[in-house]
Amino acid sequence: MMLAGKDIRHNFGRFALTTFGVGMLLMVVMGMGGIYRGIVEDATLLVDRVGADLWVVQRHTRGPFAEVSRIPMNLADRVAVVPGVQQAREFVYHTIQREREGRPLRMAVLGLSWPVDRGEWIPLTAGRPLRQGHFEMIADESLGLALGEQIRLAKDTFTVVGLTRSMISSSGDGIAFFTTRDAQAIQFDVPGEAVRLERAARKARGEQSDIGSQQPILLEQSQLPASALPPIARPQMSAVLVSLEPGADPRHVAAVIDGWGDVSVYTREGQRNLLLEGTVEKVRRQIGLFRALLTIIAAIIMALILYTLTLDKLHSIALLKLIGAPNRVILGLILQQALVLGIAGYGIAYAVGQRLFPLFPRRVILTQADLLQLGGIVLAISVLSSLLGIWKALKVSPNEVLS
Amino acid sequence: MTDSRLSIETIGLTKIYGSGNTEVVAMRDASMQVNRGEVVALLGPSGAGKSTFLTAVGLINPPTSGQIRIDGQLVMDGPHAKVHLRSFRRRHIGFVFQKSNLIPFLSAIENVQVALELNGESPRAARRRARELLEYLGVADRSGNYPSMLSGGQQQRVAVARALANRPSVILADEPTAALDSHRGRQVMELFAKVAHERGAGVIVVTHDQRSLDVFDTIYEMEDGVIHRKAHQAATGPTGHRR
Repeated sequence: MMLAGKDIRHNFGRFALTTFGVGMLLMVVMGMGGIYRGIVEDATLLVDRVGADLWVVQRHTRGPFAEVSRIPMNLADRVAVVPGVQQAREFVYHTIQREREGRPLRMAVLGLSWPVDRGEWIPLTAGRPLRQGHFEMIADESLGLALGEQIRLAKDTFTVVGLTRSMISSSGDGIAFFTTRDAQAIQFDVPGEAVRLERAARKARGEQSDIGSQQPILLEQSQLPASALPPIARPQMSAVLVSLEPGADPRHVAAVIDGWGDVSVYTREGQRNLLLEGTVEKVRRQIGLFRALLTIIAAIIMALILYTLTLDKLHSIALLKLIGAPNRVILGLILQQALVLGIAGYGIAYAVGQRLFPLFPRRVILTQADLLQLGGIVLAISVLSSLLGIWKALKVSPNEVLS
Repeated sequence: MTDSRLSIETIGLTKIYGSGNTEVVAMRDASMQVNRGEVVALLGPSGAGKSTFLTAVGLINPPTSGQIRIDGQLVMDGPHAKVHLRSFRRRHIGFVFQKSNLIPFLSAIENVQVALELNGESPRAARRRARELLEYLGVADRSGNYPSMLSGGQQQRVAVARALANRPSVILADEPTAALDSHRGRQVMELFAKVAHERGAGVIVVTHDQRSLDVFDTIYEMEDGVIHRKAHQAATGPTGHRR
C-alpha cells in the first residue's frame, strides 16, 4: 500500500497548495537559469547571425557591443583589398531612446552595408528585406512596431518593411535594421540650431585669427551647408565585417589588418568571448549566485514542509511501528511524499513557466540540459530535505500511541 | 517446561524507572498466565501500573527484569529481546486502545488492510480478508469511510478488526470502552470474548468498566505495581461459549 499516496489523497487540498507553492519557487529557479541563457543568447546572437569571419574595430577597443568603436567610412575599402578578404561590410551599431505614444522606445540601431547587405540573413516573420537605400527598416517584434508603420527618427521618416523575432541586443533592447547611411543619419543627427551655432563660432574664431583677416574667403567657408562644413565631423561607423575567401587563413588576414596600427581585429570567436567575458560575465555571476541561493532556500523550505508534514503524522507513524511496520515502510512514506512534492512542484514550475516566461521583458530560454540539471537538483533536494523528517520519524517510539 | 495451552505467560515482571532518589517501581514481580481463548480483565486504579504491564507484554516497553513468553516462546528475558520485536508484534500481537487509534488518512478497510500487507499479504488478498473482518464485526457498510466519519463504536470495531487481521495469538486492549456509552462498551467487551473463544487468542483487557466484568473469564487486579488474581468467572461466559 502506498501510504504516501493515501495521505496525499486525504489531505489533497493542503498538499496541492503546498506543491503549488514549491512549484512557484522552482519556477523562479528555473526562470533564473532561463534568463541567464537568454542573456547569453541575446549577447551572441548578432555575432553568430551576422556571420562575419573577422571584426575590424577602433584600435584598442573591444568592438561595438562592449564599448563605443569609431572608425572612418573608407576603412571598408581598405579592408576589401587585403588578400584573402572576400567581402568587407560596413557596420553601424548604437542604441537610441525615443518617445512613442507617450512611452519610451529603446532600440538598438544596426546599419547594414547597403547594397551588399540588404538583411537577407535576418529571419523575418513578416514583410521583406530592405529594397532601397533609405527610409526603410526591419524591426524586432519586441519594439511593438507594426508592418507598414512609419516612425520618425532624426530628420527622416522610416517605414517598417519587415518584422523579425528574437533579435535582441545584449542589453535587452529590440534591434532595428537600417542601411548604414540611415543608421549614421540617426546617430549623427545634428539639429539646425547646432549647425548655425557652429557656423557662427567658426566665423568668430576666424575673424579673430590672423589667417581670417589675411584670407577673408576662408570665413565664407563657414557659411557652407552642413555636409560640406569641415568643422562638422564626417559620420563614422562602428566596425567593418570581413568575410574571408574559402581557404584564407583568418590569423594571417587579421595580422595584416592589425598591422595598420589604427584598428584592432577580432575573430568571430574572439568577439563572442569578449561579449561573454565582458558584458555578460557579471550578470552571469549574479544570476548564478542568485540561483544558488534560491536553490538553497527551496531546499530549506521543502525540508520544513516535509518536517511539518511528518510532525502531523507522528501519531500515525508511532501506530504503524506498533503494529509492526518496518522502518523501510516509514522511510518510504516520507521519501515518497518528498519525491511527489518535488516532482509535482517541478512539473508545475515547468507548466506555469511555459506560459509566464514569454511575457517576461527579456528572453527566458529553457534548454534541455538546464531542465535536466534542475530536475536532478530537485530530486536531490527532495531526498535531502526529507532526511530531517525521516530522522524525526525514526526516533518516534511506538509508546507514543498510548500518550 | 512450557504449557502448550498458554498464550501469554509473564514471570516476575518488574519495571523500574529512573535510579537513586528518582527511582520509581512501576511494576513489581508481575506474573500472569493467559490460556488460548481466555479473556482476562486487568483492573486497578490509575497509576497502578496496568499500562506498564500491558506495554511490557506488548513488547513496546521492555521490563527491567522478568520473563515474557508468548505461545510458549521466550520473547523477553529482562530487558533483552529474544526475538525481533517489531516483526514479532506484527505476527503475534493485536492492539486495541482507549482511543481507537486508527490511521486518519486511511479508510476503515485500509486501516485493516495495512496490517495485513505489512505482514506480507498481497494487496488483493489483504483487501478480501479486511472486508471479511469488517463484515464479521458488523461495519462492512462503512468500509470506505475515514475514521473521522465513523462513530466511536464503529471506530473501535475497525480497531478490533485490525487487531485480528493477522490472526494474532495475543490481543491486548487498553481501556477499549472508555470512550463509549455503556451499551456500546458492553458490545465491544462481548466482541473480545467472542473472538477469544472463536479464534483461540489470549486476550488481556485493561478496564475500569465494572459493568462488563461478567464477560471475562479471569479477573486480575493491580495495585502499586503488583498483580493479584481477583476472582474466577463461571465456567460459561455471557456469550455462551464454554472455555
